[in-house]
Amino acid sequence: MATETLTSSEYIRHHLTNLTYGKLPDGNWGIAQNADQAKEMGFWAVNIDSMGMSIVLGLFFLLVFSSVAKSAKQGVPSGLQNFVEIMVDFVDNSVRGSFSGKNPLVAPLALTIFVWIFLMNLVDLVPVDWIPHLAIALGVPFFRAVPSTDPNITFGMSLDVFLMVVFYSIKMKGLGGFLGELAFQPFGKAGLPANLFLEGVNLISKPVSLALRLFGNMYAGEMIFILIAIMFGAGVGVGMFGGALQWAWAVFHILIVTLQAFIFMTLTIVYLDMAHQAHH
Amino acid sequence: MNINATLIGQSITFFLFVWFCMKFIWPPIMHAMDVRKKQIADGLAAGERGRHELELATKRATSDLHDAKLKAGEIIAQAEKRASQIVDEAKDAARDEADRIIAAAQASVGQEVVRAREALRSQVAELAVAGAEKILRREIDAKAHADLLTAIENEL
Repeated sequence: MATETLTSSEYIRHHLTNLTYGKLPDGNWGIAQNADQAKEMGFWAVNIDSMGMSIVLGLFFLLVFSSVAKSAKQGVPSGLQNFVEIMVDFVDNSVRGSFSGKNPLVAPLALTIFVWIFLMNLVDLVPVDWIPHLAIALGVPFFRAVPSTDPNITFGMSLDVFLMVVFYSIKMKGLGGFLGELAFQPFGKAGLPANLFLEGVNLISKPVSLALRLFGNMYAGEMIFILIAIMFGAGVGVGMFGGALQWAWAVFHILIVTLQAFIFMTLTIVYLDMAHQAHH
Repeated sequence: MNINATLIGQSITFFLFVWFCMKFIWPPIMHAMDVRKKQIADGLAAGERGRHELELATKRATSDLHDAKLKAGEIIAQAEKRASQIVDEAKDAARDEADRIIAAAQASVGQEVVRAREALRSQVAELAVAGAEKILRREIDAKAHADLLTAIENEL
């Protein structure tokens, strides 16, 4: 919405500011009124919008799936149960294909990751102005509706994956085995510093790449939607062109939304599979 | 785009959601799907078994029918053989009986003939003697011609 009172850069900036709750400069706790205030809050602040959307979408996933789980019929399934079973079956096949160990956690983890991230990404397909405008109408200054465009969310999830990788590495191989893998591969005992460096990078790169890949894709996608939205304010011709672009990008984005959720899930499975297997 | 406590919040939420999913969502759905998979497999196996049994039964019925036909043919052949045997036996018996009757009849006829000849012979002799007596009574002495008469009587 590029109006006279709002320049394009302000418009973009507004769209990219989270609704942050933290300690305000005057010492009180409250919601930041602009991006600078949010920045000054430091680490001990919460992005209410992405956190809230993430929890709401996660609860939606859990409610839908657990309602099916509770009433799951063994006979001919119908409607929602059919859909849920297709998702479960799809995830189960992915896990069976990529994960060679035996761990009852991995499949539910993969299902949660896939559906949750898919739902978070899907919010990106809602026209960029709808939710923020609704928020402004309700008296909320900022609202970034797509949780996966917030690095806190993607890093929060990849951090958990990282912790699980470390946990299962130590659980399966012992602390010595885990550290040995870090220290004595790939060059043997002689190349210990090089080994530590290479394997350390290898280990750290897993959560970082997971989080940044999802964040980068969704952020870029959102950015393009915002830029297209600016065109709507620039006359009828450009606006209609923008509308066509918006449609085309949304169609393409359906692919990205699904693909990113799938990649996050698959890589998580693969990382956990590596954690369960000893190197040779 | 600041890194803040949302990170921790999301981490905790994620763990809770995964835990919930692992505890209350995944097992019942998988259970339902496994049970159904097994039911379908059982049903298919039962269908296959039924078809196989039908095939076997058809085969058995065909072979039974074939056997029955063979047996029936055998029985008919036996019966025909027996019938012709009976007919032959009956024919033989009849022929024997006929032969016996004929023989008996011939025997009795022969007897009758002999008896009749005997009777006739004596009657002819008597008649000849009576005739000769009548003739000779007038012409010759009976005593003188007795040799002649006896000779005639023996020739008859």
